[in-house]
Amino acid sequence: MTASSGGAVKAQPWNDLSARPYVEIERITKSFGDFKAVDDVSLKVYKGEIFCLLGASGCGKTTLLRMLGGFETPTSGRVLIDGEDMSGVPPYERPVNMMFQSYALFPHMSVEQNVAFGLKQDRLPKHEIQERVATMLDLVKMSDYAKRKPHQLSGGQRQRVALARSLVKRPKLLLLDEPLGALDKKLREHTQFELISLQDKLGVTFIVVTHDQEEAMTLASRIGVMNHGEIVQAGTPSEIYEFPSSRFVADFVGSVNMFEGKLIEDEPDYVRIRSPEIDAPIYVSHGISAPPGAVVWAALRPEKIFMSVAAPEGGADNVVRGTVQDIAYLGDLSIYLVKLPTGKVVRVTQPNTSRHAEAIGWDQQVYLSWDASSPVVVTR
Amino acid sequence: MNYRSSIFVLTCIGLGFAFLYIPILSMVVFSFNASRLVTVWDSANSPTLKWYASLLHNEEILDAAWVSVKVAVINATGSVILGTLAGFGLARFRQFRGRFTLNAMTTAPLVMPEVITGLSLLLLFVALEQLIGWPAGRGITTMTIGHMTFSMAYVTVIVNSRLVSFDTALEEAAMDLGARPLKVFFVITLPIIFPAILSGWLLAFTLSWDDLVISSFTSGPGSSTLPMVVFSKVRLGVSPEINVLATITLGVVTTMIVAVSLWMARRAKIDKASAG
Amino acid sequence: MALPYLWLLLFFVVPFIIVLKISFSDMDLAIPPYKPLLEWVGQNSLAIKVNFENYAFLFTDSLYLNAFANSIKVAFLSTLLCLIIGYPMAYGIARARPALRNILLLLVILPFWTSLLLRVYAWIGLLKANGVINNVLMSLGIIHEPLTMLYTPFAMYVGIVYSYLPFLILPLYANLEKMDWQLLEAAQDLGCRPWQAFFKITLPLSRNGILAGSMLVFIPAVGEFVIPALLGGPNALMIGRVLWDEFFSNRAWPVASAVAILLLILLVPFMMWYQSVQARETAGAR
Repeated sequence: MTASSGGAVKAQPWNDLSARPYVEIERITKSFGDFKAVDDVSLKVYKGEIFCLLGASGCGKTTLLRMLGGFETPTSGRVLIDGEDMSGVPPYERPVNMMFQSYALFPHMSVEQNVAFGLKQDRLPKHEIQERVATMLDLVKMSDYAKRKPHQLSGGQRQRVALARSLVKRPKLLLLDEPLGALDKKLREHTQFELISLQDKLGVTFIVVTHDQEEAMTLASRIGVMNHGEIVQAGTPSEIYEFPSSRFVADFVGSVNMFEGKLIEDEPDYVRIRSPEIDAPIYVSHGISAPPGAVVWAALRPEKIFMSVAAPEGGADNVVRGTVQDIAYLGDLSIYLVKLPTGKVVRVTQPNTSRHAEAIGWDQQVYLSWDASSPVVVTR
Repeated sequence: MNYRSSIFVLTCIGLGFAFLYIPILSMVVFSFNASRLVTVWDSANSPTLKWYASLLHNEEILDAAWVSVKVAVINATGSVILGTLAGFGLARFRQFRGRFTLNAMTTAPLVMPEVITGLSLLLLFVALEQLIGWPAGRGITTMTIGHMTFSMAYVTVIVNSRLVSFDTALEEAAMDLGARPLKVFFVITLPIIFPAILSGWLLAFTLSWDDLVISSFTSGPGSSTLPMVVFSKVRLGVSPEINVLATITLGVVTTMIVAVSLWMARRAKIDKASAG
Repeated sequence: MALPYLWLLLFFVVPFIIVLKISFSDMDLAIPPYKPLLEWVGQNSLAIKVNFENYAFLFTDSLYLNAFANSIKVAFLSTLLCLIIGYPMAYGIARARPALRNILLLLVILPFWTSLLLRVYAWIGLLKANGVINNVLMSLGIIHEPLTMLYTPFAMYVGIVYSYLPFLILPLYANLEKMDWQLLEAAQDLGCRPWQAFFKITLPLSRNGILAGSMLVFIPAVGEFVIPALLGGPNALMIGRVLWDEFFSNRAWPVASAVAILLLILLVPFMMWYQSVQARETAGAR
């Protein structure tokens, strides 16, 4: 997986202390009975961002989105949009629009009527409505289908109508609930890039809810990973992937080999970790902050492990031997499950650069090695 | 999927439909029979339309039919309003005090023997008249109230089951686009559930049009409905005019049901496609 | 939302309280023909006269107990007959091609929309001494003198089964239509013969449909009035008819009320059962 930093924001306002956030979520909590769907979440989103809330189903991401749209009332905390407190403002008065997971296209109205619906509620003059609907349909390439009813459209077309309908009111903020969830894989990839270019063109701030990490990686300027109603880490896609702050994030975004162990050497510029799951200590070329003797985890991405039949050159650090237990050929790359003498199975991916049969086969003895900068050490 | 059914199942279906339709068709055939003996075919003078003509000049039946139409229309309209409200209450408010009672009160009339409902309503009207002087005597008003009480249960069930499968995101989307709740109801919700409301109206109309027992208990002098007149005639024996009435009823109902079903099938296809 | 609630309270619940009240009153030769339950005795003492005589009367006169027993028997057998005829029909419709399915379903619903009274009337024409069935059988030489069918228990069963059949087929069909037919293929794949698969898979899974449909036939059939009155003849003792006669012919309102209350007590468990089956069905559908 490649971590691109998609999105329109090339500058990084979240690193600029003087930048004014556009959407501010202040210590928001939503309880249903005893269950806290969203638990004390604070978040700042900046103008022009595509912010993705990523998490498994039931993690509270949709509830958070619905509170921004005004469909749920927070139990405590508040939301500010462009400096204005949204508490008590009903959905029909918020400068926010939402694209629903089911698209929620009105089945008894044509494409045109669906898109015009929001403008009609604002009692805009007829010619202006017509003009804006036409422009918007043109933008999503649906002009030819203006007179059709939703049931006469394909999934991808419906998605574009839903997008047009939510954008035509020029909202300050667009909320998208699993915008591509109902599309098949090929169409989804294509639509992701369309969505980014459209957002770039219109300059609208997006907050997207998704459970699909690839989608989040492609779309987002920043990702907020949610678990049990909390945002466990927020950052750019590459930060989330390369510097996960916890085992949960490392494991949830991409796949990872996790080694549990203790620090045996703790210096400002390097550490050494002893793990019962691996014969040799893991050498990491950056310091970490953890109390001495604490349990830590070294997380190692499968693509950052080199696999070779011959012993790799260089020092003895970060080299282990193992036996290939299983191989999965995926076309662009192959996944190898390698069993270490300790019994631990390590996942390694190798790009299939050559068209010819692989040199490494089942039950083969191999050496695994990795760069000292590759492991990420997390303490929780 | 394999749609082939066994010979046994096909035979059962064939016999079952014969059982359902032979009586009905026999009425249609004998409505054209000239003989007063109804079931003895008078091949010399049949088929004839003479009983059709005689029905159209039967004041008693025509008057009763007019009473029935009035009661059925008011009942259907009232039941649809009350039943839709109740259906909304049950579908949208998962928890409220009295939800259980409302649910029970809307299911019970579906299966309650009519003699019980009829008797209890009559006793209520008598008691109310003694107590507050209303309703003064019994007639179309009391009958309509009686019919509405059990018809609305059917409407509630129909509307409720439609709303259960209703994607509430449609309403939220309308609100998100700036429509106020009342407007959302009239512009989005109502048009989409309209087929269910129409079915409810037609069903309520039919239930009222058909009802004998509750009408007999709650009607007063001079307000006999069609079923009441038919019942008293049938008790005295068969009458060729009843065959004619049955044939006309069948014709109207068939046309209506087929038309509405075709329309609904088209709507259902739209609903299904847009839900997916 | 409060409106339908109040409506049902006033016109559905309150009436039962009144029926209950009147079932404990004395008969009176007045209009209305019963004495009030609360009476002013002397200056300012209110006496409640509760009278169990009406109930005692029902239990001493064998007519009423027989009518109750007979109603339950008739309703039960009719339900069973409906099930025997209706199950294969519902099953066949559910397994038909979708286009055909809708037409067949329409054909089941259609008689239900035409008047019950007229459909019962049709059976008089078929069953009577010089009716269609006797005429056909005689002209074919199968019988030489007309069979007595009208005004017999047979006619009553035919009428009830005929009228209530759609009520059984529809819920059963709704249940069978949701069935995953691959389960049958799986069962056959694992070694079941088709009829075994039916008894081990289809039948148990359609339990809720069977119960709901049976209840929709059984409960109203117990209190049925029109069919026994028109087809059953003078000896067809059904409790609905007894209630009707007590009320309209004898003007014995308190006795009729007592009959209604007993009938209700008898049926309420079945109604509650029906409601719980319905709740399970809709919960399963979601």
